[in-house]
Amino acid sequence: MSTKRQSGRSGQPSESATTRLSRLLTMVPWLLNRQGVEIDEAAREFAVTPAQVEADLALLFLCGTPGGYHGDLIEAEWESGRVFLGNADTINRPLRLGVDEALALIVGLRALAAVPGIGERDAVVRALAKLEAATGSASAGASRVQVLIDEGTSREAMAMAQEALAARRRVHLRYLVPGRDESTERDVDPMRVISFDAHWYLEGWCHRAEDVRLFRLDRIEALAILDEDGTPPATAEPRDLDSGVFTPHADDQLVRLALGPGAVWVSDYYPVEGIDRTPDGGAVIDLRTADTAWLRRLMWRLGSQATVLEPVDLVREVHLGARVALEAYAESVGPTGSPLASG
Amino acid sequence: MSTKSNAADKTERLLNLVICLLYTRRPLPKAKIRDAVPQYGTSASDEAFDRMFERDKDELRELGIPLVTEPYDVLFDDEPGYRIDRREYALPEISFTADELAVLGLASRAWTQASLAGPAAQALRKLEAAGVERDDSSLIGIVPMVRTVEPAFDAVKDAVLQHTPVAFTYRTAGTGEVSTRHVQPWAIASWHGHWYLTGFDTAKDAPRVFRLARIEGEVAVEGKPGSYEVPVDHQPKSMISTVAVDRAPQLATLKVRVGAGHSLRRQATTVEAVDDNWSLIALDFTDTEAFAEEIASFGPDVVVKDPTELRESVIRRLSGALGSGPGSPGRITEGERI
Repeated sequence: MSTKRQSGRSGQPSESATTRLSRLLTMVPWLLNRQGVEIDEAAREFAVTPAQVEADLALLFLCGTPGGYHGDLIEAEWESGRVFLGNADTINRPLRLGVDEALALIVGLRALAAVPGIGERDAVVRALAKLEAATGSASAGASRVQVLIDEGTSREAMAMAQEALAARRRVHLRYLVPGRDESTERDVDPMRVISFDAHWYLEGWCHRAEDVRLFRLDRIEALAILDEDGTPPATAEPRDLDSGVFTPHADDQLVRLALGPGAVWVSDYYPVEGIDRTPDGGAVIDLRTADTAWLRRLMWRLGSQATVLEPVDLVREVHLGARVALEAYAESVGPTGSPLASG
Repeated sequence: MSTKSNAADKTERLLNLVICLLYTRRPLPKAKIRDAVPQYGTSASDEAFDRMFERDKDELRELGIPLVTEPYDVLFDDEPGYRIDRREYALPEISFTADELAVLGLASRAWTQASLAGPAAQALRKLEAAGVERDDSSLIGIVPMVRTVEPAFDAVKDAVLQHTPVAFTYRTAGTGEVSTRHVQPWAIASWHGHWYLTGFDTAKDAPRVFRLARIEGEVAVEGKPGSYEVPVDHQPKSMISTVAVDRAPQLATLKVRVGAGHSLRRQATTVEAVDDNWSLIALDFTDTEAFAEEIASFGPDVVVKDPTELRESVIRRLSGALGSGPGSPGRITEGERI
């Protein structure tokens, strides 16, 4: 019967045997140290469904030391919704950390230690020392993988944002929106401070936008902590940062740009929907945006290295702005100067 | 039952194998293992069992389980035996205080958007399996996040850790020139939001910095792990940051429209009103081209008075934006569409 099963894979297995084994070898010591823990809590910890935890327990129940007799098998009980585990001494310690596991924590801790004004630096240093001692050779290469945290010039904003978060206070910001070259005033209920793509952001509920917004700390011109409760609405969810801090919507306008080789970095920097490389080393990219003000500015910055192909309105806006700007140079240079002559 | 899949059978077999090899004090020969692990009993033949056992051994080792091969009997050393050394297997006894576990939790969460998210979460669970509950209360809201959007990250990271020479297709900044590079990787670092590889370019016979986002396609292994040495005094940060050269600051004078140019006004050393529409500001800059880019991005709201070099660089960009860029289907002449 079971010999047949070894040939061919079954349908669409959700996880590999080794992934599951790895979880089981961690789950056993975790449960042994938390007798009577609820299935739901175990499921949360291991990022699986409660049904999967039960399936894992059912599998453990069939395993044990050689012999296969009743006393050799792992004991597991979970009918009450709470888990009790026994007779698993052989695997009562977690497997030591693998190279990537040690690396992730050590590099993460070192990045944390570089966070300006972090109050827990002492705990970071202690944790790092213990971890390095316990991981030995697995952590040997960790110094050659580095996350360099740039503290920039936002030390003061960072300290005040942390203070407002800890005290759950609303803040008033004067904030520069550089894409639109606008200084704005707004009240914000802070949710968290995150570093992302080398910048620090305050994420919070913005009462002006009535939505969750990210504010780059180095663009906050003034921050005042208000004597008002700063608990964000229950519906406020941190932004999903999977695709970066720019989160395009499907109904945003589609923009097509032709990039020269010197402007291809744009495609690394902004979330693009499509990219076609051109033979000269450039690219044609598609991206979506609700606001084209920042794109006009990007196009002036890139000069001859980039061209808007679509939409026509944006082409017109970029040209108009460049013309008006050049006219100002023509005036100040005088009749002999030729601002359009360039190399 | 159809719900019990191949994978479940295999997990059961591997787990029993781990327990069996941890449990035994002496190395076990294959025949004993076949008897001891019930799932092997169903193998159709000796060959089928051998193949399965070889694969299982490899997979356990890939998980980091220290499965060792030792002579089963000192008198007959042609028969290998197998066991797992418990001291090598188990995470050493380390106890973390609640605040240490809290910062470890943060360090682990830093990777949630990155390719190491899985190992980071698993590492934390292993540490927590020992029993201490973490206390996150003191750290509300401070989250350093690391991203690894570059497809080459995993391959380059592994090459750095294992000292493995690699080759890859690389698109050079500025020129866009594409070529194959042969590199002994030294270090990988995230700087200003991008991952960089530092290493020795064997074809150019010199140290080089590579931005991972400019690596195209696969990273090919070109030698054995450990086949070169990394300079002991290598400092990735200083090597990467020298790509941006520091120069002595120069003074610029700009005309800025009232209500615009906020980021320039913030850096200004002097600001004076010209009329109701314009201010005249002075500020320092170091890199002419980079500063010209920033000024050009303000379009008609900022006009450079001095110095001439900066002024010309801005004019060149604006003219370029007005003219046709590379790759555009046809030249759009001035005034045609406005």
